[in-house]
Formats: sequence, C-alpha cells, structure tokens
Amino acid sequence: MSDEERNLIEILEENTPIDINKLINYVQAPHCGAIATFSGTTRDTFEGKTVLELRYEAYVPMAIRCIKSICMSARSSWDLGSIAVAHRLGPVSVGETSVFVAISSVHRADTLDACKFVIDEIKASVPIWKKEVYTNGEVWKENSEFVERREELQKPSSDNGNECCRKKVSTDEGHRGRGCCTGKVKINDEMV
Amino acid sequence: MSENSAGIGDLLGSSRTSFIYQFKSSDIIGTWQSMEMENMPEKFDREEEKGNNSVEIKVLFFARARDLTGVSEMQLAVSAGSTAHDCLNKLILTYPSLEEIRSCMVLALNEEYTPESAVVKNRDELAIIPPISGG
Repeated sequence: MSDEERNLIEILEENTPIDINKLINYVQAPHCGAIATFSGTTRDTFEGKTVLELRYEAYVPMAIRCIKSICMSARSSWDLGSIAVAHRLGPVSVGETSVFVAISSVHRADTLDACKFVIDEIKASVPIWKKEVYTNGEVWKENSEFVERREELQKPSSDNGNECCRKKVSTDEGHRGRGCCTGKVKINDEMV
Repeated sequence: MSENSAGIGDLLGSSRTSFIYQFKSSDIIGTWQSMEMENMPEKFDREEEKGNNSVEIKVLFFARARDLTGVSEMQLAVSAGSTAHDCLNKLILTYPSLEEIRSCMVLALNEEYTPESAVVKNRDELAIIPPISGG
C-alpha cells in the first residue's frame, strides 16, 4: 500500500460551517475498508450555566503546522489512508460542529485508534482558543490535556527540533512518542 | 502610470520596464508602493539607531493574553543575546497583568513551541500562548 501523506487540514474562517461530507469524501478510497470520524459539537450548558455560543480563535499558521505534525505522528503509529481535520473559528452556535476529524484505513482498528489520538492531540497542543459566552458573562476555556502537556511543550529540543508535534524518537520499545505529540503507547497507558 | 512604473522599477530592478506594463491592476502596484514607503525607511532608521546591540522581534498575544494587554501584537526591542525568558520579563514590565497567566502559559518562537531559554534573533516572532482550548 502506498504510504503517501494525504492530509486535508482546514482552519475555517468565521461563519463557515464544517463541510462534513466533503471531509468524509476526501478520505474515502477504494483500498480503505474503514473510515472513523470524530465530531466535536458545542454544548448548551457548563456547570449549570447556559451557554449562548462559543467563540474560537487560532494562531492559524502554527495551528496548521501542529496539525500536520500530529498527522505525521499518527501515520508513524498506524497504517492510515487519508486524514482530514477541520476546525472552525469565530462564533459557533450551540449544537454546531466546531471540530471534525475523518481518517480512513484498510482495517478499522487503525483508524479508530488514530482518530482518538488525533483529537486528543489537537486538544493538547494546537494553538486554538475558545471563549464560552454565557447569559451573564464569558470565560476563556482551558483544556486539561494542555495543562498536562505544558511542561513537555517547554522542554528544550533534543535532536528533532522544537516542532509542535515532534517526530517520534525510536527507542527500545519501538513506538514511543516525545514532545507535544506523544504516541500510541501513551494512549494505551491512559486507557488501561 | 509613470509614478507606478518608477516604484515597481525600483522594486524589481531597472531592466524590467517592459514587464511592468503587463500589470493591469493599479491597486496592487499602489499597495506595494505604500508598503515600501511605510515600512522600509522606518526600519532602516531604527536599525541604524540601535547598531548591532539589539534585536527587534514581533510579539503576538492571543486569547486571554490579548484581553490582558489590550493589544494583539507589538514590536519589542531587546538586547542581542536575549532569551525568550528575557523578552517575557520585559513584556511583563510593560503589561504587568500578564503576570496572571505566567504560570500557565507557554511561548512559541516562529510558530513552534519553545523553551524560555531560546535566544531570540532579529525579526523573530514570539507568541504568548495562554492555555489552549480548541476542540
């Protein structure tokens, strides 16, 4: 199977909904028997407060670099066909999709695991921010995944440079992630 | 048209006159000229003034950092050899409210996460990254 890196990454401008069908069509391929998707939608309440809408902003060029890096990292752990990632910016009303991931693979196990990895990494390391707007105020949210990753993001680079999502460093155990984008092994640890 | 030709001629080199006439949109030419006039002389002046002892970087503030400072970006002059940590200290002098997020933020240098020990170079882009919340 060809291991060409077919990735579609979209950081969408304000008032541009995510075209879910387009992303799914993008990853569809005759040799891939499975497509897994993740859709993140905005909730109507947070700790009992009514959420009117969410407002997103991004450090766009860095966000795109980070997502590319995450895609690369996912490909080094799983046998994947295509990857499509879209994230909205600006106001997103309750119930709408703010982030969408679609990944294809020959068999389902690869894409199911990779899909979880990609959304977890997006939440941990991609510079995108969301403000929740309530009836009586607003607050910048903080992802717990980022808080846990923070120390690691600030570590001096080793030989791989300070990419947002560093390439995996091969170790005795084989797959082992380093840097902002950790690998499959860590995910498995978390799931145990 | 003759004014525009002179501007582009300077930009592209004097031997490109015949190429210039292929541009139909005077808007594009106008934009190029204004960029030249606004940025370049000022930049040269500042660099002359500073000599080799300082570097100038661009600082970006996002989300909560922007709310705290009230600006989304600024130019910052620091002495040559300064680290990202030094830059942050200097920023906090200008915007003391940034102290609020100091213990939970990270820095990015030229679109990559960076340790605070990294030395900044002239024209680098340093971003203040408050806790992210994408998804």
